[in-house]
Amino acid sequence: MSSMRFAVSMLSVLGIASIIGTVLKQNEPYSNYIIKFGQFWFSFFETLGLYDVYHSSWFLVILLFLITSCSLCIYRNSPLMIKEWRTFKEQATEKSLNAFSHQETYAVNALENSNLANTKQQLILFLNAKGFKYKFKTQSDGSELIAAKAGTHQRLGYIFTHSAMVVIFFGGLLDGNLPFKVQELLGLKRIETLDIPESKVPAISRLSVDNPSFRGNMTLPEGTSDNVAFVRVRDGYLVQELPFRIGLKDFRIEHYATGQPKSFESDIVITDPDLKAPLTKTISVNHPLTYKGVAIYQSDFQDGGTKLNFKVWNLLAKDNHPQALDGTIFQKGILGGDAKGEGANVVKVEYNDFRKFNIINLSPDGKGKPHNVGPNITYKLRDAQGQAREYVTYMQPMQIDGKYYFISGMRESVQEDFHYLRIPVDDDLSINGFMNLRATLLDPAKFEEIAHHLAQNVAAKNQGPNDKALPVNQPFENSVVQLLRNFAQGGYNQVAQVIEKNVPEKEREVAAKAYIKMINLAAFEAYNMNLATNKKPLLVNNAETQSLIQDSLNGFSDMFFYGTPYFLQLENFEHKEASGLQLTKSPGEKWVYLGSALLVLGIFSMMYIRERRIWLLLKPASNQVHFSMSSNRKNLDFEQEFSLYREQIRNLIVSK
Amino acid sequence: MNNVMDYQAKTLLQRLNWQDWLYALLLMAGAIFAYRKYASYMDIYEVVFLFGAAAVFSYLGWQWKAIGKLVLAVAAVSLFSISLYHGDQARATQTFLLKFLISSQSAIMWMNVMFVLAMVTYWFAMFKRSVFAGNVATALTWSATLMGFVGLMVRWYESYLIAPEVGHIPISNLYEVFILFCLITALLYLHYEKNYNTKQLGGFVLLVINAAVGFILWYTFDRQANNIQPLVPALQSYWMKIHVPANFIGYGSFSLAASVSAAYLLANKGLLASRLPSLEVLDDLIYKSIAVGFAFFTIATILGAIWAAEAWGGYWSWDPKETWALIVWLNYAAWLHLRMVKGLRGPVLAWWALIGLIVTTFAFLGVNMFLSGLHSYGTL
Ligand code: HEM
Repeated sequence: MSSMRFAVSMLSVLGIASIIGTVLKQNEPYSNYIIKFGQFWFSFFETLGLYDVYHSSWFLVILLFLITSCSLCIYRNSPLMIKEWRTFKEQATEKSLNAFSHQETYAVNALENSNLANTKQQLILFLNAKGFKYKFKTQSDGSELIAAKAGTHQRLGYIFTHSAMVVIFFGGLLDGNLPFKVQELLGLKRIETLDIPESKVPAISRLSVDNPSFRGNMTLPEGTSDNVAFVRVRDGYLVQELPFRIGLKDFRIEHYATGQPKSFESDIVITDPDLKAPLTKTISVNHPLTYKGVAIYQSDFQDGGTKLNFKVWNLLAKDNHPQALDGTIFQKGILGGDAKGEGANVVKVEYNDFRKFNIINLSPDGKGKPHNVGPNITYKLRDAQGQAREYVTYMQPMQIDGKYYFISGMRESVQEDFHYLRIPVDDDLSINGFMNLRATLLDPAKFEEIAHHLAQNVAAKNQGPNDKALPVNQPFENSVVQLLRNFAQGGYNQVAQVIEKNVPEKEREVAAKAYIKMINLAAFEAYNMNLATNKKPLLVNNAETQSLIQDSLNGFSDMFFYGTPYFLQLENFEHKEASGLQLTKSPGEKWVYLGSALLVLGIFSMMYIRERRIWLLLKPASNQVHFSMSSNRKNLDFEQEFSLYREQIRNLIVSK
Repeated sequence: MNNVMDYQAKTLLQRLNWQDWLYALLLMAGAIFAYRKYASYMDIYEVVFLFGAAAVFSYLGWQWKAIGKLVLAVAAVSLFSISLYHGDQARATQTFLLKFLISSQSAIMWMNVMFVLAMVTYWFAMFKRSVFAGNVATALTWSATLMGFVGLMVRWYESYLIAPEVGHIPISNLYEVFILFCLITALLYLHYEKNYNTKQLGGFVLLVINAAVGFILWYTFDRQANNIQPLVPALQSYWMKIHVPANFIGYGSFSLAASVSAAYLLANKGLLASRLPSLEVLDDLIYKSIAVGFAFFTIATILGAIWAAEAWGGYWSWDPKETWALIVWLNYAAWLHLRMVKGLRGPVLAWWALIGLIVTTFAFLGVNMFLSGLHSYGTL
């Protein structure tokens, strides 16, 4: 296990194992996985721990293998490394030196005593100049060995680097979930999977203030305080009790001129019996606060129970009197039903989210700049059978292709995209123009009047200005009324069905065109009838008003696919935010940083300090100096250095 | 006999001449000027970084004279460019010199153009064995680097013109770091080019750089990514200023190693062998650049962990970007060990380094494209 091949395999296995968790999104709500994989594969993957790979037992085992291997490796190699670090290898014999791949023998002018001392002096100066340390050893045959070394600190690098891994792992382990896993196995702790009030969570799912290490979350609405955090585990959670109470005074988001968020800040207050006065502090992203070993971070934000006032329109009713409705985010409300809010047609509203800023890129090709389109709300409407649809509605009209619309999206399940209903605004940028038209087009009592106006106008156009009374074209008016009746029952879709039923296939296209034109003209009349009633200036027929009518009719037709007759128009809100805090206590952090420092030190020593050894054997008997050199890393630098030294030594001691 | 003192390796300080001192003095003066003018906007870390940068670039300039010249040239051209703005961003497209040469956008475009030309010239030099063309290619690479750095510096300034609150160092999104990547890789290559006295590898290294150039062009013209965006809160940290460059020294080195590995594999098959440096030299280069990359990548990852601890509340969250950094790191740790296993040299390691580039590219780019996570560094 301490072999290098094993180390390489473990490094590769860990790398490959790590990939899994990046491909499959981790720690999603389990329902998402069920939808994605189906029940069978969901359970299978759950058994494998694939939803939280990095905290699964098998991943821990891989890490353990690597660390054990690393430790064994240190255990086995350290004595050697320390020996190599200290030794000058002065025990080398002439025979072993002759076996070196990098060596040279110089013939020196008679190495008699004075000359010998001189040569030795030169060599020592040379070694000093090159930064080598050395030791002398007289051989049994009277020759003298100078054993020199440089850069042996490299060997310490090995110990640093590899112990660093162990230290980092140890730190990680302190902060990991191993203690909880053990307690869970022993049945001492259990995660809570039900959505119940915190105070109802049983002791078995609570972690005490003494818990040395945790990473939990806390959502604090403005003006509230709390002393517990939630630790998410798989598909449930644990309640972590805190040794103090955190209150949120204010949460702020600041924005750049472009609307993108610039900062998230929370003014928090810590109250603790140990404190004389509450501690007030502002935290923001990148600027946490640490108190009593617990670090408090700004992590996200959500709604804290914004109060909302709506106008509720009944899209399919022929009146245009909206009802008032009040609601609060995270609470529920009721629409329809009788006075008590009961009956078969009761719809429950679940107010899910309010967002004050929405940065959207509305340019058709997606290349324009995103900008803020103002507040929106997300809510669910649940009918008596429990069927729910999700809606997102924007408060202000949005500009699309140069025109303004009120936008509301509907979807039947979370995997779908929203289908949007676009309601064009009227001249006052209000929704009333459309709502009035809609009410008129739904009211059979008005159809004859519309048809009559239309017939008159058509006739007026066809006739010269001098003609007197306009003829009444009763069959035409009847067909307009009939068409409007069909349209009122389901918009274009209904008209299409009628055509399909009554018109032979060849003539359908022509008929459809004629009908659509007729509906447009009728709607134009209806719109003007409403304007006249409200004493507003009438529309003149031009491209702009035609597109308004066309958009209104599209909206009218889409309304039948909106899934509910109720359109919630947001009138007013009282914004209340909640700050999402992350709380961590992480005793392993120091260890991880210590290990990191060791690691950097170790890696740099290992790669940038080059161990080299030189042996110079002075042999008076044969008038020779033998030079040999070695390094534990044989690369180009070493070759170059050897050649250089060989020549320099020659120049020093071989007289010419 | 020679005097042994001739062989004494001079220490760095002994080797310095008056130009070196003048250079360092200039940098220090620049730092002091910036400090006096902007100290009120900086926190203690940024002050340390400012003077640290002056020290680091002095040291680099002492060790490698060409870098000193580059630093001075970048400073001169950038300051000149900035002076032409008169504090008005609109002038970038109105003043002749800015519009066609040294506004941030134009300088970056010149960088792109010159990298392409440099690549072509390097290949030409190799096939024709032309020393002259080789020198031209080197000069082009230096010029591209100059323009790239000028582009980034001026972009930094431009970001403050949009609004003081928007201003930030231009290493904060994919577009900007791709430029940084090109520049760092080019500098690393130029360093080895000088040390190994070989110009034949330029064509290979510039292939990788030009892939990045291609990306920059696509990103500019198709996605308008060159527009300066304000920083999201998570990125507003002094850590970014060292975490990102350290990362890109890592990425750059790994890319360099991969390019040289490609050359190695060709030479090993006998292709271009007579034109390329010997296998030993190539092998050595691969090892050195992986060693440099590994060391800096380690530092970058540690800095990232410290930053994450400060921004997200945990030094390690197994977020995809972090995890892929770990995978890259493990990959090269395995490579370094393999090299020490006896007998494993040559093609296997070269292939491994080449594949390493794919892993690295995925960590660098793929994660942003295909995976989601905490890293708010930008998606495509
Ligand atoms: C995550 C774990 C590990 C890391 C980050 C790591 C890192 C390194 C590094 C950076 C080097 C230097 C390479 C060079 O100078 O070119 C090295 C060398 C070495 N590693 Fe590891 N290593 C790890 C695990 C292991 C394990 C498990 C073993 C056990 C076999 C091992 C044995 C060695 C040996 C024997 C050397 C060569 C030392 C020398 O001759 O100077 N390493 N390691």
